[in-house]
Amino acid sequence: MNYRQILITSVILLLFAVLGTAMVAGTWQGTHERIAANERATLLRKLSQLIPRDQYDNALLDDVTEVHAQSLGPDPVRVYRARHAGTPVALVMTVVATEGYSGPIHLLVGIRYDGTLAGVRVVAQHETPGLGDGIDEQHSNWIYQFDGRSLDNPDEKGWAVRKDGGSFDQLTGATISPRAVVKAVHASLLYYRAHRAQLFHAPATATTP
Amino acid sequence: MNEPGYLKIISDGLWQNNPGLVQLLGLCPLLAVTTSVVNGLGLGLATTATLVCSNLSVSLIRKVVRPEIRIPVFVLIIASIVTVIELVMNAWLHDLYNILGIFIPLIVTNCNIIGRAESFASRNSADRALLDGLAMGIGFTLVLVALGGLRELFGQGTLLAHASLMFGEAARAWTLTLIPHYRGFLLAILPPGAFLGLGFLIAGKNLVDARHARRARAVTTPAAQPASAG
Repeated sequence: MNYRQILITSVILLLFAVLGTAMVAGTWQGTHERIAANERATLLRKLSQLIPRDQYDNALLDDVTEVHAQSLGPDPVRVYRARHAGTPVALVMTVVATEGYSGPIHLLVGIRYDGTLAGVRVVAQHETPGLGDGIDEQHSNWIYQFDGRSLDNPDEKGWAVRKDGGSFDQLTGATISPRAVVKAVHASLLYYRAHRAQLFHAPATATTP
Repeated sequence: MNEPGYLKIISDGLWQNNPGLVQLLGLCPLLAVTTSVVNGLGLGLATTATLVCSNLSVSLIRKVVRPEIRIPVFVLIIASIVTVIELVMNAWLHDLYNILGIFIPLIVTNCNIIGRAESFASRNSADRALLDGLAMGIGFTLVLVALGGLRELFGQGTLLAHASLMFGEAARAWTLTLIPHYRGFLLAILPPGAFLGLGFLIAGKNLVDARHARRARAVTTPAAQPASAG
């Protein structure tokens, strides 16, 4: 193979690289706005399961602040704040339960202004199918038992699964995943009680990606 | 060049040379995703779309690309196509994308796709390559759905659970609870269930083939016809 051949061959390869890149870039141009809108819509749908849309009138996805707390997971916690005519109504925190059976469990914890739980949802988890994955509402109703709970209901000792003497059900054959979720939700409520004013008054810094 | 006929291409993809049961290519996604019928179907369709596009493109450029650089060019094409499919799914089939999300980029690593590009598309005309991609894709999808169905049935006692994620709200009623009050059989859902299930499927195919061959011999021998290769 002489130099001319080698040159032609590499030009062909280069052309295909340019072609492939152009294809991907073109598709990205045509889709990225739609994808961003989809992601916002999905997030808003999840959030409005916790805080019904008629209870607030602000742009929930833009009224976001970030806090760091060891008890709420390793990542910065995003806090979506719902207000009605400027009055705080509720907030949703993106909490990570670090003690799951197979890796971190990503939660949305919704707390009303008075400190009762609007609800908890699992966003991402890798718990054992058929056992620990019952914490996800797609697989069982377990997660709904948090609705309406607060730090007074049950009391401090009650914030554990039954096996540990608390008042929350565990799942059949799985204690570790429920235990991790109960602990993370309890930590969120404690954090909320200690920082409620800050959480609602902090300026909206973060934007929804 | 002696090109295979359309019928042979179809029967190869669906049965004789099925990627999941005979070639045993693309086992990683096949074993990982098939915990339910819907998951299997979703990944199967995405893989089929990739196979058709990549086979067609590879066949169209087969005369331009020199043998020395064909593999990098194939990889470039396949990676671009998968990325495009991923973006398009994310934009227009967002809910399904959320479920299959991590498996879509994995299609790039499905050796089935580069396998077909190298062994078939780069040697055959565009129409045959396209048909081969379609037949192989559907053959792969069938195995994914069968294995998904097997594992879902034994693991949870249902079929078509969560079909609404793929087909919309109307499909919520499609879920068949075949074994009511089933306590579940965890092994079927976990990875060992995938290996066992695939083993049974392959054994089943071999049984059918063996019976078919016996019957064919029984028919042809008295008539003294030469056995023709399938």
